[in-house]
Amino acid sequence: MTYDEIAQLFPAYASGLWVTVQLTVYSLGLGLLIAIPLAVLRVSPNRLCSGPVAAYTWFIRGTPLLAQLMIVYYGFGQFQWVQDAWQRGNPVLSLLRDPFSCGLIALATNTCAYTTEILAGALRTTPYGEIEAAQAYGMSRFTAWRRILLPSALRRFIPAYSNEVILMLHGTSLVSAITLVDLTGAARDFYANYYAPFEAFISVGTVYFGLTAILTFLIRLTERRYLVHLRPQRFTNLARG
Amino acid sequence: MSELQQYLPALVKGAELTLVLAISSVALAVCVGMAGAMAKLSSSRVLVSLATAYTTLIRGVPEFVMMLLVFYGGQIILNRISSALGFHAPDVNAFATAVFTIGFIFGAYYTETFRGAILNVPRGQMEAARAYGFSGWHAFRRILFPQMVRLALPAAVNNWLVLLKTTAIASLIGLHDVMFIADQAGRTTQAPMTFYLAACVVYLLVTTGSTAALARTRVQLNRGVREGRLHS
Repeated sequence: MTYDEIAQLFPAYASGLWVTVQLTVYSLGLGLLIAIPLAVLRVSPNRLCSGPVAAYTWFIRGTPLLAQLMIVYYGFGQFQWVQDAWQRGNPVLSLLRDPFSCGLIALATNTCAYTTEILAGALRTTPYGEIEAAQAYGMSRFTAWRRILLPSALRRFIPAYSNEVILMLHGTSLVSAITLVDLTGAARDFYANYYAPFEAFISVGTVYFGLTAILTFLIRLTERRYLVHLRPQRFTNLARG
Repeated sequence: MSELQQYLPALVKGAELTLVLAISSVALAVCVGMAGAMAKLSSSRVLVSLATAYTTLIRGVPEFVMMLLVFYGGQIILNRISSALGFHAPDVNAFATAVFTIGFIFGAYYTETFRGAILNVPRGQMEAARAYGFSGWHAFRRILFPQMVRLALPAAVNNWLVLLKTTAIASLIGLHDVMFIADQAGRTTQAPMTFYLAACVVYLLVTTGSTAALARTRVQLNRGVREGRLHS
């Protein structure tokens, strides 16, 4: 391989990197946003509220992400009415023909299920005193959820959620199965063109490793900011305070 | 529905391969994990940093990328070795690649699980065993290991569930597991949704079964342990 060939790699890797970053950020953002109301429903004592959410997380967490990607991208073409809608140019269903939106839908649906369960776990372990205090202040149920329960749970959920963030970054590597050229897709193209697996996959592995390190660093910053009240206090601070 | 019946035998075969692959990989992963945990807890600086490098590296790179590297890179290494020795190179086996890759990836996760479990067994237990004159191996087998299993079980089963789902990516390097069969059948019959959902049922059966088995085993293993209860 010559230096020219290596130079040609950069645009492909850069656009692959952009696809990977976009998919990771958008799917995590969407997933978290939808997970918040779902987690509230999940911990509801009313079976009609918690049941459907439990069924959804059970299905998603019990099946491989790859199967979910394939279902979204290839699965729906089986139905005549979906194909008819494609013919008519239905804007919503046409999303199921575009690999990027399919990848995003599948990844967001996937991470949303895991996030819902993590957040529901954090909600269930809310210290009882916090709820009592909210009631003692005469907060309505809505205010208590908005001001006490959710902010408290969303902070305590960060450490467990950080794993999910890394898993999602790694999960995006599967989108090359639905014809998207992300980082892994770029590496596979490169391998196919030059038959150089070590160069292709070790270089791309290094990029993922760097992305993982950056994400870990960002999560640690977030934890330091939002979990400051749960950090063990040093004796000197207590003595001074 | 008739398509599903037609492909049922193939799907069952694929499901068998998925299970064999998952069980072989988890066996390798548990062995690697045990060795990794021992290395991380050992007093040797070299072993500790080797094990730490291993777990950090594995957790920073996607499984799929590693599998591609082992599968395609392994072929090149095999070709070079065999041409140096002067015989025709055999094709790299997708099954062996998958077991090797998945086993070593999840070995890193089991390393952390076992390390945490060993650290949570009270120190006095091992000290008491040694004071009674147990040999190191004997103390491990009779004192540390039984207590460690109880502590490691929930996380170990969780790792197993993630591993089982990860085996699906082996279909992308051509292994004829249930995902691969479903994909092929869906393309030929033009009923992809039916077959992907059929594959999902296989995964759901195993994951749901494993979770139920864990709940039952936990009750057994936790006999004699007083658990703290909130809101009683």
